[in-house]
Amino acid sequence: MKSAETPKMNIVIVGHVDHGKSTIIGRLLADTGSLPDGKLAQVRAECKRTAKPFEYAFLLDALKDEQEQGITIDTARCFFKSKKREYIIIDAPGHIEFLKNMISGAARAEAALLVIDAAEGIRENSKRHGYLLSMLGIRQLAVVVNKMDLVGYKAAVFQKIKKDYARFLKEVGISAHTFVPVSGREGDNIMKPSMNLKWFKGPSILSVLDEFKKAPGIEDKAFRFPVQGVYRFTEEGDDRRLVVGRVESGKVSVGDPVVFLPSQKRSTIQSIEAFHAPKRKTAYAGVSTSFTLQEQVYVNRGEVMCKDGDALPEVSTLLRVELFWMGKSPLEFGREYKLKLATASTPVHLKKIVRVIDASDLKKQNKKKIERHDVAQCILDCAHPIAFDLTEVLEATGRFVIVDKYDVAGGGIVVEALKDEQEAIREQVKVREEKWDFSVVDPLERATRYGHKPQLVLLTGKVGVDKKTIAKDFDKALFDMGARSYFLGIGNLLRGLNSDIETDKIARHEHARRLGEVAHLFMDAGLIVVATASNLNDEELRGIKQATNMDDVLIVNVGKNEFRHSVVDLNLPEKTNPAKNVEKIFELLYERKVLFGKTA
Amino acid sequence: MTHLERLESQSVYILREAYAHFKSMAMLWSVGKDSTVLLWLARKAFLGHVPFPLVHIDTAFKIPEMIEYRDKLALEWKLNMVYGQNEQALKEKRTYPDGALSRVECCKALKTDALRNTLAGTWTRYRMDHEKKTYVVDENKEPYTGVIVGVRADEEGSRSKERYFSPRDKRSDWDVGDQPPELWNQFKTDFAPGTHIRVHPLLDWTELDIWEYIQKEGIPVVPLYFDQGKGERYRSLGCYPCTFPVESPAKSIKDIIAELKTGKFKNIAERSGRAQDAEDGGGLETLRRGGYM
Repeated sequence: MKSAETPKMNIVIVGHVDHGKSTIIGRLLADTGSLPDGKLAQVRAECKRTAKPFEYAFLLDALKDEQEQGITIDTARCFFKSKKREYIIIDAPGHIEFLKNMISGAARAEAALLVIDAAEGIRENSKRHGYLLSMLGIRQLAVVVNKMDLVGYKAAVFQKIKKDYARFLKEVGISAHTFVPVSGREGDNIMKPSMNLKWFKGPSILSVLDEFKKAPGIEDKAFRFPVQGVYRFTEEGDDRRLVVGRVESGKVSVGDPVVFLPSQKRSTIQSIEAFHAPKRKTAYAGVSTSFTLQEQVYVNRGEVMCKDGDALPEVSTLLRVELFWMGKSPLEFGREYKLKLATASTPVHLKKIVRVIDASDLKKQNKKKIERHDVAQCILDCAHPIAFDLTEVLEATGRFVIVDKYDVAGGGIVVEALKDEQEAIREQVKVREEKWDFSVVDPLERATRYGHKPQLVLLTGKVGVDKKTIAKDFDKALFDMGARSYFLGIGNLLRGLNSDIETDKIARHEHARRLGEVAHLFMDAGLIVVATASNLNDEELRGIKQATNMDDVLIVNVGKNEFRHSVVDLNLPEKTNPAKNVEKIFELLYERKVLFGKTA
Repeated sequence: MTHLERLESQSVYILREAYAHFKSMAMLWSVGKDSTVLLWLARKAFLGHVPFPLVHIDTAFKIPEMIEYRDKLALEWKLNMVYGQNEQALKEKRTYPDGALSRVECCKALKTDALRNTLAGTWTRYRMDHEKKTYVVDENKEPYTGVIVGVRADEEGSRSKERYFSPRDKRSDWDVGDQPPELWNQFKTDFAPGTHIRVHPLLDWTELDIWEYIQKEGIPVVPLYFDQGKGERYRSLGCYPCTFPVESPAKSIKDIIAELKTGKFKNIAERSGRAQDAEDGGGLETLRRGGYM
């Protein structure tokens, strides 16, 4: 084994089923002496016992049922070494049923070997895998034409596959580093050139692997720090408020001004904190770390901390994406899914299918849904705005997965940020936050003294549904326990602050924005604001959330829930004792830790 | 970044993802070198704190130094230390050392069954009381839905197929053929009621990585790993009736690293001193499907 300081490389090996991936890996392991002592003998003995001819592929098939099926059902990882460095070889299954396993394997690779059977030629999954490698962002690829022994080591067979497959790769936007003819079974051109392939002047598989390069640094790109969480271990006697996560790109130093997106909150890096590590002034791409901030702002998991002055990520609810689908049920219109991008997560709907492509032959299809193993370009509509980059700009913050019920069912890359209806409010909030004049009172100290975080509790529902009684009772109950609360009557706004604008439909957006802005001020003062509004629609709700800090808004719907997205935090029945409903809102506030300490 | 820094960063990321998603989470601590590195990484992830319980399955046949070391660190690092065991099997002497079971059956009873029931909260859990400096019955019977485990992909065939986040059904069974996709650091964090997720932050580490990291960070390990003068040491720790020391003069971490890199263990599997693996064709695989670590 080599020193831990030598860089290791993750290589994935893909290709159509039975084209010989496992055999090639078995060869590499055996011929480089990377197997544990006795492993080869053990497998040979096992073959003898079961009267099966020995195959190098068996070395990988450590699992019992896998041997029974004779196909790689999951990505197996094995460790292998050349003179130059160590490799982690990921053996991805070639069978279409295990596409999700192939994707899991390939997604963590830095380079790929794609195996094509010389006798069988280019097959459906040779193409599908090539296309997916391109989407997965693999930029280093070598195509291995295997089983040359079966075609009499003929150069013409190799040249034909090379020509056809290179043309295909060009169509999907990826090119092969090189094409290599080999025979895994006979060991030709695996470790070194073979007499059987005298006509081939290129490298062996081993040299190809050693020629692959480690990915170039992403330290010079824009700083992106998706927030994983905000920690404070007060009970353990640790008062630091730590914003934790991993630097996905760029770098940041103590004293740098930072901006959080999508909330637009701003602060400055005070310190870089770590356990059992030397104190550092700069954090670089790749490191999992934590920061304390100078100005205490409320930020949450899912936001992206960026450096003021860097190119900033996009913020929107509408994304044009390319995605592949692995789910058992299709991606359909009218159903809600969950989108996860970096640490952000939001409910999402399919808004439009631009085109569905059959990944194996690149034919465009006219489809009304995206089915298993399809690759498609489509538009996604998120319930909450998220911060992201286009994949071509930054990969880590430009790709996402889609969860259907409990399972990751799709993955994809963002190709365009589309303007949504909140664009104008977002711009205004940006300017507001850039110039925000901070009080010298630390909002956290304020919250500790009050025993609660600031919050907007917005009760909504149809006209005629009694929201006001619940809201006023709730406000009174908060006051009685010593919390700082305020009932914000919507009528008071209409006839006061909003008296200059119409009450027609078009002006509703502006009313929503102003409600958000007023609530935002009260919340900055540390209050729990209780407000009611009838017949809000999704866009208005988003507007209010955008104007405040969306994570500090609780939406309580009374009666029938007609919101398209699951943006409602609590649904209350219309015809119940108001006291019961007030109790439910309290439960939620405690659960969300809005109410956390001693009030009054 | 060095290789070890990269591994550390990824493990810390995984631990923090787990912490963000599981309300009831625990980390298994076997007291061996791997899960002790895992514990250290948790302290890295949570800035010196470990905000969830550490669960140890005490088979009652562990080498005594292991229990001593466990309690010493638990007190020193202020860990929320919890242990559970198969009290009935021990009482009725249904074990391999008592001659009642085969090695694999014994593992199932004292480890797998004890683990399953301790995680589910159906058997008694004992918790370290830091004031009394002794164990008391744990009032918390809530099942753990996120369980962090220190398995490595290089240990054995079946472990090389694990995901970072791997679902287990109600019976703690593992469906190897139908695992969730895992890409771009997006893990399976949504799961049906009654199921739970095993989290594997050390999947990419090798035995050598573990020792080099222990050396770099100065992590305390059980002295059983070192030759105490008899010319033998433990390479992997387990129950004393089934774990045998290997012949080795390695007296320090440095010696162990040298031995792994160039010496006699260069190409010998780490678990070769574990007797239950050899008992049937795929002993560990059989055990793991039923919930063994």
